[in-house]
Amino acid sequence: MFRDLARAISCAVISISIVLAAFCASAGDMELLGAGATFPQPLYSKMFDAYNQQYKVKINYQGIGSGGGINQLTKKTVDFGGTDAFMTAKELQAAGSPVLHIPTCLGAVVVTYNLPGSPKLNLTPEAIANIFLGNIKKWNDSRIVSANPNAKLPDLPITVVRRADSSGTTYIFTEYLTKVSGEWKSKLGTGKSVNWPAGSIGQKGNPGVAGYVKQTPGAVGYVELLYAIQNKMSYGSIKNKAGKFIEPTLKAVSAAANVKIPDDTNVSLTNTEAADGYPISGFTWLIFYKEQNYANRSKDRAEALAKMLLWAVNDGQKYVEPLQYAPLSKEAAAKANKIVRSMTYNGAPLFK
Amino acid sequence: MKTKKKTASGGNRSEKRFNMALTASGGFIVVLLFAVFATLLAAAVASIKEFGLFFFIGKTWDSSTETFGALPFLVGTLCTSFLALLISIPFSIAISIFLGEYFKEGAVSTFLRSAVEVLAGIPSVIYGLWGLFLLMPAVRLLETQIGAPPHGVGIFTSSLILAIMIIPFSASIGREVITLVPGDLKEAAYSLGATRFEVIKNIIIPYARSGIIAGILLALGRAIGETMAVTMLIGNSNFLPTGIFSPANTMASVIANEFAEATGITASSLIYIALVLFFVTTVVNIIGTYVIQKVSIESSKEVT
Amino acid sequence: MKDHAGARLIKDMIFKCAVCLFAFISLLPLYLILYYITKNGIMVINWDFLFSLPRPIGESGGGVFNAIIGTVMLIILSCIMSIPCGIAAGIYLSENKKGKLSNTIRLCVIVLQGTPSIVIGIIAYLWVVAPLKTFSALSGGIALSIMMLPVIIKTTEETLKLIPYHLKEASLALGVPYHRTILKVILPSGISGILTGILLSVARITGETAPLLFTAFGNQFMNMNILKPIDSLPYRIFYYAMSPYPEWHSFAWGASFILVVLTLALNLFARGISVKWKIQF
Repeated sequence: MFRDLARAISCAVISISIVLAAFCASAGDMELLGAGATFPQPLYSKMFDAYNQQYKVKINYQGIGSGGGINQLTKKTVDFGGTDAFMTAKELQAAGSPVLHIPTCLGAVVVTYNLPGSPKLNLTPEAIANIFLGNIKKWNDSRIVSANPNAKLPDLPITVVRRADSSGTTYIFTEYLTKVSGEWKSKLGTGKSVNWPAGSIGQKGNPGVAGYVKQTPGAVGYVELLYAIQNKMSYGSIKNKAGKFIEPTLKAVSAAANVKIPDDTNVSLTNTEAADGYPISGFTWLIFYKEQNYANRSKDRAEALAKMLLWAVNDGQKYVEPLQYAPLSKEAAAKANKIVRSMTYNGAPLFK
Repeated sequence: MKTKKKTASGGNRSEKRFNMALTASGGFIVVLLFAVFATLLAAAVASIKEFGLFFFIGKTWDSSTETFGALPFLVGTLCTSFLALLISIPFSIAISIFLGEYFKEGAVSTFLRSAVEVLAGIPSVIYGLWGLFLLMPAVRLLETQIGAPPHGVGIFTSSLILAIMIIPFSASIGREVITLVPGDLKEAAYSLGATRFEVIKNIIIPYARSGIIAGILLALGRAIGETMAVTMLIGNSNFLPTGIFSPANTMASVIANEFAEATGITASSLIYIALVLFFVTTVVNIIGTYVIQKVSIESSKEVT
Repeated sequence: MKDHAGARLIKDMIFKCAVCLFAFISLLPLYLILYYITKNGIMVINWDFLFSLPRPIGESGGGVFNAIIGTVMLIILSCIMSIPCGIAAGIYLSENKKGKLSNTIRLCVIVLQGTPSIVIGIIAYLWVVAPLKTFSALSGGIALSIMMLPVIIKTTEETLKLIPYHLKEASLALGVPYHRTILKVILPSGISGILTGILLSVARITGETAPLLFTAFGNQFMNMNILKPIDSLPYRIFYYAMSPYPEWHSFAWGASFILVVLTLALNLFARGISVKWKIQF
């Protein structure tokens, strides 16, 4: 009688283990997991798709925001993270062991809006700061109209849309506003998430902001350039430090990035001196641990990661321009190569 | 003889094991729940130590300065769920009376009952999707009509979707308690010449009142914990809402938005919120279930 | 006197109309939801949508095959984990109707049933994702199985309670040991109710998104390894719904259509079983 029960239990155990084995059997091919910034997500999704076709390595990248990318890397739940904000000293300290950053591309943060007739607007830094501070409440405010004498601006309330998650796009945008507006500097400052004025709408990720702005007449938000282009949303030209209104384009971003790049590639590209440079642009980085032997990682895994990173800053760069991001300059690519090659496993370099 | 003895003792042993397995499974549930509570508490301890009870009156939620107060989310949760209840009550009571009194059987009743069941079975994320593309433009139109800022998202939109989601729960409980009302009471009233409305008003509703309230309470518990649809429609603003059209955040939606990127004290504070959420829904559910059990036990006593 | 009666009758009529009106107005959202899901969803569904993988952002085409497989895998995983324990606990409750432990278990089941799904997601993150250092299908399955448990326990207990005591007595009187009586007599006669409970609990978790946000995580590739992140239909719907791309919006509707059909089929099937296999006593 007990035998019956035992038989039933063993049957169950066997069937469970068969199912589990079937699930695990397909574990053979390598899969890397990354998470973070949504700013470069369209690029990464294209790059990793191509990489999978070429090298049969699946790279699963989930856009959860730069803050999420940094946090999940620190918690070692992902192989690499993506961020548009260089990790702060505090975050680097929390990571335990050294974390490396490699830039993969440059992108522009554009101010996108939903207005009848989709006019092209010229935006001054003061206007942007005051819109996002909640000081300008209507689209026909004189501070917007003065820079756009020809545009027909409606008497429409402005709905400010910003990121709800911790975001590198927010970091680039607020860094710019901190540089150009004293009121912004004292009230909100720079950060991946800041204490936005009440009444603004929070959305998750670049896609979330773009999606909401697209649906809501009178809404204004900030997203990476490609999201605005792909969705045929209008975006403004912004007055740069040299006093010119610059439309965000690949060229204008590259122009802005014409600065000296330090060895760790930690450089800010907002409000640069370049006369034709778009003022709100920035690098986006992939982040990973320098010493790859942690949390029982196999050497195969470490090598697969290193190989992919090297590919991203060399061959992978050919996917950058078609998606309206600006590719790395020669100087930046060389530095990125050097950084990838400094990765180690058990203290020994991964590349000989 | 020998084999018989063996089977008997084997039977005893296996009987013991069988009973042990049953008790272990039952005990596992208790352990599981305790472990859930303990885990949340342990992970929230840093935040509890830091903010204590001031957590509930703090108006600022700012991860850059690491000041955390959950008042905006408490208010957001209360506003959305109570507004949702307010909207849903007439409908759920109407359905309960319809199914419990007017049409107990027949095609109409079957149709309505299965429709309500289908409504209860639709996943939350689909309500969110639907709300995003149909409710949001509709609410925005309403907002432009009355001159409110045309966000489309916010407390009102979330409450509407929540109301639709909780109607099935309070309605099915309401129907059950209304059918529990003893027939002889109703018949006595009818025989005195009372109309149906009077019977419902003076006999059924008073009799089933506590059960209906319990059903509403259970629906409230559900509304408080609802995550996806609300996250998609609330507008995610970490400030005290200023009106029913303003964007806000509920306890559940702030966790869904921020938990993946939270570290240290931020994560601990979010888990503190989860602990509060767990606690509140637990209390609401226990009270609701207790009342319903009491009602059904009382009515079964009266029938016998 | 006559007027008074007339007023009462009119009141009665008005009330009845109001009740019917409200009851049917509340069906309006259901109609609208089903209408839009069908209208927008059915157009998208074709061979490609069902059996291909998602394409990179901004490129057209692609499907949700990985999400369908992921949802199925998550369901299997959570069933494996929750059904044996749930049924055993249900038997325990029906066999020990009174007692301190039984009452405690019943209370726990109520609490567990009311626990918000997002809280269970956090728990699975803290229990599985953080120690294993990876997002995984397993953690999602554990979260979902915690949500299934109370439904299974409750329906098992309630079904077994209805089985007449003389059935058990007859079996015991024939010298059949207690555990065999339970396994061979009581459980089979209650099988329809138990199966219904399992199907209903599966229907409950099929559409859950909140517990998967920090556990199963999402994956644009096909994945069959339970220790790796996995996609699921509800997660895909959420991801596509929040995006700005019109094609993805239609994909979200398509995936919703599949999901609704799936949950409705489970519900219908559950009801069919409880009607057809019901043993009359």
